[in-house]
Amino acid sequence: MSLSLPAYPQPDARGRFGRFGGRYVPETLIPALDELERAYLDAKQDPAFLGELDRLLREFVGRPSPLYLARRLTEHAGGARIYLKREDLNHTGAHKINNCLAQALLAVRMGKKRVIAETGAGQHGVASATAAALLGLECIVYMGAEDIRRQALNVFRMRLLGAEVREVTSGTATLKDATNEAIRDWVTHVRDTFYILGSVVGPHPYPAMVRDFQAVIGEEVKVQLSELEGRSAPDAVVACVGGGSNAIGIFAPYAYLPQEQRPRLIGTEAAGEGVDSGRHAASVAGGRVGVLHGSMMYLLNDPEGQIVPPHSVSAGLDYPGIGPEHCHYSETGVAEYVPVTDAQALEALQLLTRLEGIIPALESAHAIYHAVQLAPELGPEGLIVVNLSGRGDKDVAEVMRLLEKERDAGLLDKGPEQLIAEVLA
Amino acid sequence: MTATLTRGAERIHAAFARARAGNRAAFIPFMTGGFPSAAGFPAVADALLAHADILEVGIPYSDPLGDGPTIQRASEQALAGGTSTRRTLELVRDLRRRHDTPIALMTYVNPIYAVGPREFMRLAQEAGVDGLILPDLPPDQDLEIADLAAEHGLAVTFLIAPTSTPERVKLVAEACTGFLYAVSVTGVTGTREGSALAEVPAMLALARQHARVPVAVGFGVKDAATARQVASVADGVVVGSAFIQAVQGGQDVGALAAEIAAGCGR
Repeated sequence: MSLSLPAYPQPDARGRFGRFGGRYVPETLIPALDELERAYLDAKQDPAFLGELDRLLREFVGRPSPLYLARRLTEHAGGARIYLKREDLNHTGAHKINNCLAQALLAVRMGKKRVIAETGAGQHGVASATAAALLGLECIVYMGAEDIRRQALNVFRMRLLGAEVREVTSGTATLKDATNEAIRDWVTHVRDTFYILGSVVGPHPYPAMVRDFQAVIGEEVKVQLSELEGRSAPDAVVACVGGGSNAIGIFAPYAYLPQEQRPRLIGTEAAGEGVDSGRHAASVAGGRVGVLHGSMMYLLNDPEGQIVPPHSVSAGLDYPGIGPEHCHYSETGVAEYVPVTDAQALEALQLLTRLEGIIPALESAHAIYHAVQLAPELGPEGLIVVNLSGRGDKDVAEVMRLLEKERDAGLLDKGPEQLIAEVLA
Repeated sequence: MTATLTRGAERIHAAFARARAGNRAAFIPFMTGGFPSAAGFPAVADALLAHADILEVGIPYSDPLGDGPTIQRASEQALAGGTSTRRTLELVRDLRRRHDTPIALMTYVNPIYAVGPREFMRLAQEAGVDGLILPDLPPDQDLEIADLAAEHGLAVTFLIAPTSTPERVKLVAEACTGFLYAVSVTGVTGTREGSALAEVPAMLALARQHARVPVAVGFGVKDAATARQVASVADGVVVGSAFIQAVQGGQDVGALAAEIAAGCGR
């Protein structure tokens, strides 16, 4: 890894990617966002900051994460070779730590001793608590009461790491409400608090800054793929999208290439029970442009502007919006966004587990599903890189519950062959 | 900047002028539209309007990130009772039939975008709204909304906070056509922090250098004593959460309004 952050295009002077993004926040936060932007741009140029980040990513996180050719998955999908970018092997089990360490280092640099974070499934909360423990910062994590109930183990993990987990009972008591509460905390304690935002959402400069901190994923892929295949760009890159941080991390190094050199960039949105069911989290396929958490984006909201609660089997994708740069990619055709349902993700999770011995996070399973669909289309000369953004340990209890439900309904006890046939159908 | 005042701005400025003539700060109570219910809202609003110089009505919103728990819960209750954006405007229209007091509509920006900015302004004008208060829209984020509001005769109010730099205060103050809303503390509505109003005088001194409109202070004003404190330095006093709590607690909202209105005297 080099001691620099990539110089992708920054948003415009008003913090926009095209018409998306911006800073729709209480005026109280504007000076703090200005301060954060200055500190970030300054840190980006500072060898001491970059050196420390690089050291932690290598020695603490375990980077670079492997780029792994999934031979059995490839063979069964019957087409393009499928590589997995193994973010699941990172310390704390997902890509989230890349961004948390960088932001926590920035907090230290800015002299802030108190950090706050929002979390849904708990992955970003655990990564934030981990970074805070490492750097000796006070850490408060906001988490919806509903998510606390579903993710008891991650709650305990955060507490074990010394973080305070604050239960959020307002609204739908899930990720969007935890984010509201984190923003309210920041408004109240803005002078001494650093907000570690977990995705490429929120007011400028968060979407661009989180992208830059996650782009280490895609930058590594370019190098690794060159070594393995003699070319830095595959034919397609597939990643799941909630807010969109793991996807932007692997897309960004390719997104600004000239069109003829650019691989297909495909984000898989959580279609829940189907985009037409009304129970989904597919903001591009099923949302309309609106404003949430300080940013203009595709958003699940009703005709009078109330946010519609999202649904996904994977808590990490259970967010009603999608980052502004993704919206801009979608609108300009740089990337495509396709819906993948709960049931499809659950099948893909089992498929990868049985064929490769890797239990992916339910989030990442959405991307696996689409890669398997895409492989025959691209043919045997094709190359697909999937961002395996997290490991599935956190989901095992939920998967067990879902599979038992299916078995009780007489739907289960399928062998791998049957699963594959269904995924390919 | 625009030379001619909109009708809404004129009416709002006149309300401040009347209060000033009576040696008072303007009293601006807030109530969430459709709270405690669509049927119960008019009586609560009437009780506030009996003492208000300007009434602030909030559009209930699912994700009010500038509001503390009290107004959050009021919004949830109103939404659960079926009052969203359009219904709130209908409730205002109903008030307008009985009252001439200026009404400012507080809304997060997403409902404006969802309805469509032009259509939203048309509906607001038709309902008899005089001005908009926009808590999550820094004026430089959307230059069209203020223009569309003006086209429909509506004044706009943006907010400053204790953290605002002189440059931001200037930018925000110059964008306001109704009144300038100074947030008393770093925090959300309904704050209970002891030294809540300590930062107000310095902020107001800065605001007055740039504002060509009256300056009102809100957040953390909850009774006659805190109102009096604010009234000594500001042109207007905004009180919200205290009235929501009064409704929740079954207290006499009119009596509380009378008490706080009296506190606005200098």
